[in-house]
Amino acid sequence: MSTLAAVFARRTRPLFIPYIMAGDGDTLARLDDLVAAGADIIELGMPFSDPAADGVTIQEAGKRALKAGMTVAGALDIVRQFSSKNKEIPIVLMGYYNPVLQYGEERFTRAARQAGAAGALIVDVPPEEDSALAAACTSGDIDLVRLLAPTTPPERVRFIAGRASGYLYYVAVAGVTGTQAITIDTVRDKIKVLRQQTALPLAVGFGITKAAEAAAIAAVADAVVVGSALVKAAQDSPAAFKKLATELAEAIHGAGA
Amino acid sequence: MTASSALPTHFGVYGGQYISETLMPLLHSVTAAYETARQDPAFWNELEYYFKDYVGRPSPLYYAANLTRELGGAKIYFKRDELNHTGAHKINNCLGQALLAKRMGKKRIIAETGAGQHGVATATVCALFGLECTVFMGARDVERQAPNVFRMKLLGADVRPAQTGAQTLKDAMNEALRDWVARVDDTFYLIGTAAGPHPYPTMVRDFHKVIGEETKTQMLAAEGRLPDTLVACIGGGSNALGLFAPFLEDAAVRMIGVEAAGKGLSSGQHAASLSGGKPGVLHGNKTYLLQDDDGQILDAHSIAAGLDYPGIGPEHAYLHDTGRVEYVSATDDEALAAFQRLCRSEGIIPALEPSHALAHVLKIAPTLPKDHLLVMNLCGRGDKDIFTVAKALGFNLK
Repeated sequence: MSTLAAVFARRTRPLFIPYIMAGDGDTLARLDDLVAAGADIIELGMPFSDPAADGVTIQEAGKRALKAGMTVAGALDIVRQFSSKNKEIPIVLMGYYNPVLQYGEERFTRAARQAGAAGALIVDVPPEEDSALAAACTSGDIDLVRLLAPTTPPERVRFIAGRASGYLYYVAVAGVTGTQAITIDTVRDKIKVLRQQTALPLAVGFGITKAAEAAAIAAVADAVVVGSALVKAAQDSPAAFKKLATELAEAIHGAGA
Repeated sequence: MTASSALPTHFGVYGGQYISETLMPLLHSVTAAYETARQDPAFWNELEYYFKDYVGRPSPLYYAANLTRELGGAKIYFKRDELNHTGAHKINNCLGQALLAKRMGKKRIIAETGAGQHGVATATVCALFGLECTVFMGARDVERQAPNVFRMKLLGADVRPAQTGAQTLKDAMNEALRDWVARVDDTFYLIGTAAGPHPYPTMVRDFHKVIGEETKTQMLAAEGRLPDTLVACIGGGSNALGLFAPFLEDAAVRMIGVEAAGKGLSSGQHAASLSGGKPGVLHGNKTYLLQDDDGQILDAHSIAAGLDYPGIGPEHAYLHDTGRVEYVSATDDEALAAFQRLCRSEGIIPALEPSHALAHVLKIAPTLPKDHLLVMNLCGRGDKDIFTVAKALGFNLK
């Protein structure tokens, strides 16, 4: 069983999966904050010059990270430093394909595993184009986390689920990250349908900003992902970031699916 | 699930559909709609009607006697797509995609634009067909291309400045993709060049093929044989593919694509993805890109806003690797010189984009025999560029 599958298999409550951008401020300190707050898995963003799937908050975070010199190698280094003292909290590296492609897919997945990462989520590689990346993830022994969207038709859900490992990430709103509000009832209905199509754990993200929303989603999902709201809070202050992360963790863990 | 289409999704290792999951089902529906339309004679008949009576096709194949005499070599012909309605080849593709959008029942069109030519052509077809139109344009380009911004507004389009990145064409494309993913139900993305995810590179090429098909017929009528050499400028590469595609099987026809070398390939300030880039993935397709070692996309530079893009259509990447088409480049200065030369020699003010192709013609024509038939795609007229050229030449128009 993969690291991520194991985390879901032994869960006794819904999981909290926060996202932050590598190289946007003091990343190691924010990672420690997330662990202290109660994160179960952490998605660590790798910046890209052209983040076409992201809203303005994560675009700006990526820009700050690139300006500060962040690279794929730099993100891997952060994972290495983090994992050396936090063996229990798996990291999923999230980003766009081109930087991974230039780094080398095999080289990337091996380095990711060595650094302690458990998975990769590359937003612009659909299953139709993933053969090289999926092979690299298999040989590197990390999960390739797949996305489902509100637009994904039922037969395609089965096709994607058939190729996925670890967990499936359900993008709760059609849009870019952090811009549209989530509609709880719609997501709840959708999750029920998805449950009939796959046995894989379902993490839900996009558009979740507040503890109450996170709790409502956690009541039906296996995990809740929050990104933009945390990135924004970190811009305000480390204290605001810690406070939001703690509220989210408590809300999600308390929801008990 | 593989794409529901019989059309190939890749050109060799290039092309493909590198896009977020939310957009994948939408791309499948565009592919399916195009696959049906392209096999329907009624679709092409309607397009041909607009080509003829609205665009003014066929565009002439003009023998440039003066320039031929001055250069003393190859017989130079211009395929005059600059005489099309809206002043460039762009309208061919816009009409094709707008007709497809109508078939799909889409009410709203979005597009990206650099210089504004594709934006104007898109706004034009939207006015014609009564479609809502939103054009994304880099904030810097909005400033640089005020006349085209005004044209789009006159035609009823909503022009949205993209404030991200270098605020040019690639940022406009990012913004268009972000809009599309949030408006999947009612919106059709009308991509302006032979790039982006499948089926766009194929579809855009097919809508521009009329350029090469007419050239073939016209050259056979004028000279009784096929041309020896075809030359076209390359940004994304749609005008070049339109000219080249019908000749790809004619092995004796030499084809040359001219990229924008900006301030010179060694300056780092250019837009020559094939000469100065390497394969990668951006905007839905795998192709040659200007990028750094970490895979971050670099900003392109060209005096011609229509060539100012760090990528190239994936079919060109393929034709480059197979060697079927030769790719060269011309600098800003060479294009400016060619621009002025055509004004004086033939009384034609070309756009800065085909001025790059002309710069290469000026280099090779004198070296070719007098019976060598050379066709250059004069894909746009230069009215839009007079401010840029005036500035570059030190004239003050105010």
